[in-house]
Amino acid sequence: MRADEPFGKALYELFSSMRFAITLLTLLAIASVIGTVLKQAEPYNNYIIQFGPYWFEVFRLLGLYDVYHAGWFLVILTFLVASTSLCIFRNAPGMVKEMKNFREHVTEQSLAAFSHKRLVEHRQEVQALADKAAAYLAGQGFRSKLVPREDGVLVAARRGAASRLGYLLAHSAIVLICIGGLMDGNLVFKAQQLLGMKKIETRDIPQSQVPKISRLSPDNLSFRGSVQIPEGGTADVVFLNVADGYLVQELPFAVHLKKFRIEHYSTGQPKLFESDIVLLDRQGNKIREATIAVNKPLIHDGVAIYQASFGDGGSRLNIRGWNLFSPTVETFEVQGAVHDSTRLFGGTEEYQLEFTDFRLFNIENLGGEAPKQNAMSVKSDTKSLHNVGPSYQVKVRNPRGEATEYHNYMLPLTLDGRMYLLSGVRAAPNEPFRYLRLPVDDKGSIDSFMRLRAALMTPALRAEAATRFAAGALPAGERGGDLQARLQASAANILNLFAQGGYNALGQFIEANIPENERQKATETFLRILELSAFEALKLANVRAGELPPAATEASGFFIRDSLNAFSDLFFYGAPVYLQLQSFEQIQASGLQMTRSPGKNLVYFGSLLLVLGIFAMLYVRERRAWILVKPGAALFAYATPRKTVDFEQEFAKHSQAIEQLANKE
Amino acid sequence: MELALNAPQPLLKRLSAFDWLFALALALGAGYALDRYGAHMDGYDKGVLVAAVPVLAWLGWTWKPVRAFLAVSFGLALLAVYSYQGDLARMEEAFFLKFLISSQAAIMWMCALYMFATVAYWIGLLARSPFAGKTGTALTWSAAAMGLTGLLVRWYESYLISPDVGHIPVSNLYEVFVLFTLITALLYLYYEGRYRQKSMGAFVLLVISAAVGFILWYTFDRQAHEIQPLVPALQSWWMKIHVPANFIGYGAFSIAAMLGVAWLLANKGILASRLPSLEVLDDVMYKAIAIGFAFFTIATILGAMWAAEAWGGYWSWDPKETWALIVWLNYAAWLHLRMVKGLRGKVLAWWAVVGLLVTSFAFLGVNMFLSGLHSYGEL
Ligand code: HEM
Repeated sequence: MRADEPFGKALYELFSSMRFAITLLTLLAIASVIGTVLKQAEPYNNYIIQFGPYWFEVFRLLGLYDVYHAGWFLVILTFLVASTSLCIFRNAPGMVKEMKNFREHVTEQSLAAFSHKRLVEHRQEVQALADKAAAYLAGQGFRSKLVPREDGVLVAARRGAASRLGYLLAHSAIVLICIGGLMDGNLVFKAQQLLGMKKIETRDIPQSQVPKISRLSPDNLSFRGSVQIPEGGTADVVFLNVADGYLVQELPFAVHLKKFRIEHYSTGQPKLFESDIVLLDRQGNKIREATIAVNKPLIHDGVAIYQASFGDGGSRLNIRGWNLFSPTVETFEVQGAVHDSTRLFGGTEEYQLEFTDFRLFNIENLGGEAPKQNAMSVKSDTKSLHNVGPSYQVKVRNPRGEATEYHNYMLPLTLDGRMYLLSGVRAAPNEPFRYLRLPVDDKGSIDSFMRLRAALMTPALRAEAATRFAAGALPAGERGGDLQARLQASAANILNLFAQGGYNALGQFIEANIPENERQKATETFLRILELSAFEALKLANVRAGELPPAATEASGFFIRDSLNAFSDLFFYGAPVYLQLQSFEQIQASGLQMTRSPGKNLVYFGSLLLVLGIFAMLYVRERRAWILVKPGAALFAYATPRKTVDFEQEFAKHSQAIEQLANKE
Repeated sequence: MELALNAPQPLLKRLSAFDWLFALALALGAGYALDRYGAHMDGYDKGVLVAAVPVLAWLGWTWKPVRAFLAVSFGLALLAVYSYQGDLARMEEAFFLKFLISSQAAIMWMCALYMFATVAYWIGLLARSPFAGKTGTALTWSAAAMGLTGLLVRWYESYLISPDVGHIPVSNLYEVFVLFTLITALLYLYYEGRYRQKSMGAFVLLVISAAVGFILWYTFDRQAHEIQPLVPALQSWWMKIHVPANFIGYGAFSIAAMLGVAWLLANKGILASRLPSLEVLDDVMYKAIAIGFAFFTIATILGAMWAAEAWGGYWSWDPKETWALIVWLNYAAWLHLRMVKGLRGKVLAWWAVVGLLVTSFAFLGVNMFLSGLHSYGEL
């Protein structure tokens, strides 16, 4: 910058001024706040939903979705670097001179004008007192210089020059750090993007098909991207998400994932995420093997590889399907893999099964609300936590394209003392799952329930069950009468209603046909009849299937009730099939993040300087002392660029000491 | 004759027998720890443990009350370790543990003592009673001692729960709040001793009491005192130095803010005759912000280094990081105004007060309102 020409000078003055620096610091702070209150780098749709199309566009233009890489933000940073450098450039020469000189040219008048000075009388030989004074100051950590003046001797002393050095260190550090940061930022790409040399890919297409213009070459200086690799899979690229799309960054090597491991604490929290990886060169020869974990990255030729996340890598699922609305107990087999989909003919229509997730562990709190813990014990009780085993999620999409999502557990779990297979249902991803409880029999299987279900769906069996119920309901003497006939009729009717619409159908029937005041009682009778004849139906079904009939125990009573509840819920289940997980082969995926950041070392070095500099600035006390010794009197003056309370105390101490020196013979 | 006036003697020459005893005890303690728990430590841990001996010795030599303070805290902690006999259940049986020095008991005592200290300081301030002031000081020291004991014992207890759960107690909001009260109290006590001014305690202890209130609510309402194992992201050596460094910053900044309040009141003539002179308040405020800034800088850098190892980037503009930067910039500006522009008084006092709001947001607000990578201290 040419400081002589007025405009340039003015600009230089401004840029290197503290005011400007402070303004920049404040601006930077405010800009940073924006980035923390507005969630950054979300999918653009979220923003559209949040702000509506108009403001979405405005904010997009302002770059608010990625503030810290927005042009204007980088401009602020650059200005800060400039201003700080200029500030150094401006102050450095002066400070270096300050650090060296003793200000031995001060005139007596200027010393006399100091705010901190003390004039002391003495009856000693000038040089001797000067020497003593110098010695004293030396003892106090001052470096001093004796300058003969025409009428005496000036002792000029200083200490704490390092504080100025501190200024230079701390501020150069800031410049270094910012430069390092910018090196690791995406400036290069931004430039290429402006020049139209690169462009963001927004389509969801296989990596191999992403065109050259959206790929970055392996020798790209700095990047930070991630990729998910299934066990047994290999990746030679990472994806950088930028704005509403992504870029494909090619790696100088390929990463093969052998195995991914999760370990849990007894309390269910994750304890360890770990990946066994193999690095291969571009020809596929092995370079090295390593195990990485969170906080334990691997660094290979400038690229650091981190354990970032995990997921399912396409576990294979063997599933038994049950046709819920067929009057028979037939099942069919389905093979599926997570992230994959298959077709399925449910009754007349064709459905699509989209397998979305598989989980090996499900640590659930079955104890309900955990008891409040006493404030003295630091050990949390985990009795209510249980691992209820594997589960998977599948979307069932009907021909109209509407999907219902299911979350099915593989193993029965115990709720309120009875065992069920749970199947969660939800219509939309943001809803919670509502769980259907399929009761399991004493063999731990849902066969009995399915048999009863099929029986209730079979008119002939319903009739038969009604008959047996009516017969069984009356003492031997009264059988055959029309009472039995009426019982049988209503049982048959109740079973038919229930088979067509579960409890709802019964409810509507009662609403329609029974006067208000009798409904309560009627309902109870209906339920009783329903349960008893359902029990008969189950007997029939078991016998047909060559199984023992259920014992007339309380347990069977509960089982029937649960089965009827489940049956009635099937009408809201949303799919014509129940897909029961039989067996699986888990394949996990590990999410790796890979970065290359050449600026890092610069930043760390800068940080070191920053710390040294700040401590020097804050804790090295810069002081200057002059003692002008003349025959009969000595003038002591004391100064610092920063007056603090300690300065006052030191002044008192030193002037007292000087006085003593002066008064002694 | 020169000597009388001249440079103070070097530290080592000024040490008393008790000083050396203290250092010896530290060394023995570290040796014992190495011998007994070395199995659970990695190289870094051992390094820190060994380095701690000279550092603490120096601290005790240059600031004498620390010797007694450490002696009591470590003594009680050892007593607790001894009474546990390796069985957490003894917390309920052993008298000492149950009522005094199991971590929770100690921390509850700490809370009570801080409350009493606050009251004592205020009486001292309002009634101009030196005795009440002295009591405040004594109570604060004891509270801090209980706090340190509590943390040390909690550290041990975490290993009793299960060796794989064991970790230094700076890993969640509950633990760092105790740490916060400890560091703030110690920093304050240092200035109190150095400036021989007890009246500032009334204000500083208000912040600590607020923290205590939080600790109690967090314990009884949220069971936050339960020791939880470390999620993988926190299983890092950096945490052990990053977090404490941060809290030196937070502690110092809150002291500065309270002195700012005191300054503003005194400046309006309120309590003016009872408080130290404006110059002194201003000076302590500067000293607090200076040390806070220095350590906050270190903490932020350590944080960046940790992030580089855990998240794959030394700077991710994660909300917590960003707010740390904001806090840092804020105090950098403060120091500039004071150092470079030579500004003093009202503006800086207000600035220090507002600074605490910014700091508290970085410390708590971020966890409560903003989501980020920090798998740490959700409320
Ligand atoms: C992020 C940017 C900056 C930070 C974090 C920063 C930090 C600091 C710190 C901590 C001090 C020490 C205050 C003290 O002595 O107690 C200081 C002093 C100073 N800063 Fe900055 N600074 C920054 C930018 C600037 C800029 C751009 C300028 C130029 C206008 C500047 C000029 C000064 C000056 C002149 C001093 C006093 C040096 C002395 O007298 O020893 N600073 N700075």
